Amino acid sequence: MPSLKDLRNRISSVKSTQKITKAMQMVAAAKLRRAQSAAEAARPYADRMESVLANVGSSFGPGSVAPPLLAGSGKDDVHLLLVCTAERGLCGAFNSSIVRLAREHALSLMAQGKTVKMICVGKKGYDQLRRQFEKQIMELIELRSVRNMAFENADPIGKKLIALFEAGEFDVCTLFYSRFRSVIAQIPTATQLIPAKLAAQASAAGPAAAYDYEPDEGEILATLLPRNISVQVFRALLENAASEQGARMSAMDNATRNAGDMIRKQTQIYNRSRQAMITKELIEIISGAEAL
Amino acid sequence: MAAFHFELVSPERMLFSGAVEAVVVPGAEGAFTVLKDHAPVMSVLKPGIVEVDESATKKQRLFVRGGFADVSATGLTILAEQAIPVEELDAAKIDAQIKDVEEDLSDATSDEGKRIAAEKLDQLREVRAVLSI
Repeated sequence: MPSLKDLRNRISSVKSTQKITKAMQMVAAAKLRRAQSAAEAARPYADRMESVLANVGSSFGPGSVAPPLLAGSGKDDVHLLLVCTAERGLCGAFNSSIVRLAREHALSLMAQGKTVKMICVGKKGYDQLRRQFEKQIMELIELRSVRNMAFENADPIGKKLIALFEAGEFDVCTLFYSRFRSVIAQIPTATQLIPAKLAAQASAAGPAAAYDYEPDEGEILATLLPRNISVQVFRALLENAASEQGARMSAMDNATRNAGDMIRKQTQIYNRSRQAMITKELIEIISGAEAL
Repeated sequence: MAAFHFELVSPERMLFSGAVEAVVVPGAEGAFTVLKDHAPVMSVLKPGIVEVDESATKKQRLFVRGGFADVSATGLTILAEQAIPVEELDAAKIDAQIKDVEEDLSDATSDEGKRIAAEKLDQLREVRAVLSI
């Protein structure tokens, strides 16, 4: 039976933990609002980009040669996984669900006899993947110092991917991140970056219109495709940022509630044992007086 | 004049969306004006000013750096790498920034730092060049 002092200490320590989780929840809520509006503001650009790309891409008939970023390198041997996670923990299952998806993907590819390489964005994913895929991880990109995700943060990653692709380091690149649906629902997602996947709807409608290209379509596509990769990475990072804050907010909300329950229980035990002690003392006094 | 739909988006946000009468686009092979029912064109942009005529009296000027213009049956869409309303630009401020970056460039020790500073300097010079026209 813990003494009264022990119980008091325990209650006060849970109380201070609750204060911390409560504060973290409120900070996450404030950050979430910002991250969410940033993610939503970036959506139109990525959507337009997709439809423009689909337009240009569909103009490539079977006869013409599409650039490698669109058509692929012709092989399917080396896969690069770009795993985007958070830099910080304490956000529920956010990091581990992205890592789980990437790990399953990697293992199934390896079972098919393909070579897998990885680039991690964010320290938490790196820490989790390192145990199993030490040799496959090529690089860790840390964005710890970044406060507001800007396009300038995503652009170098996209450029690096293209440089690696052109050097023949990999054939297929897949991007892993968590799509933000709501505060309680973040969906770990895998998107293929290289070769680019075009939206099917444009080709279904037929080659929409005879476009004039300025300069010619090959050159436009050559600038458009690398750009698209950076945009996709940027979008993934923004969605990730919003998801992370959402996940942290609900995780901290749970923690705060748990702490509240624990305080209530401990207080009850504390009061009970205090009363038991008083009763015991009274009985001692009374029986002592009766003995006289 | 008949109006058509125009959208200007940058990766960070949507800057303009609505009906306009005419838009002057700084295409890589020369500026062109888009009116209603323009033939479908896809063009790369060069750094310059996009002039938006919402109506005869209401005009807007925005600086764009690189990107694409897509004229289709649904209207004009500009995907800009960077877009800033001209009112937010200030020649004196940009001059000061250019000076800062020039110092950075001479201070930079690593190749990476030099490359970043040089890129930034190029961007700022482009902005400055467009403003002085």
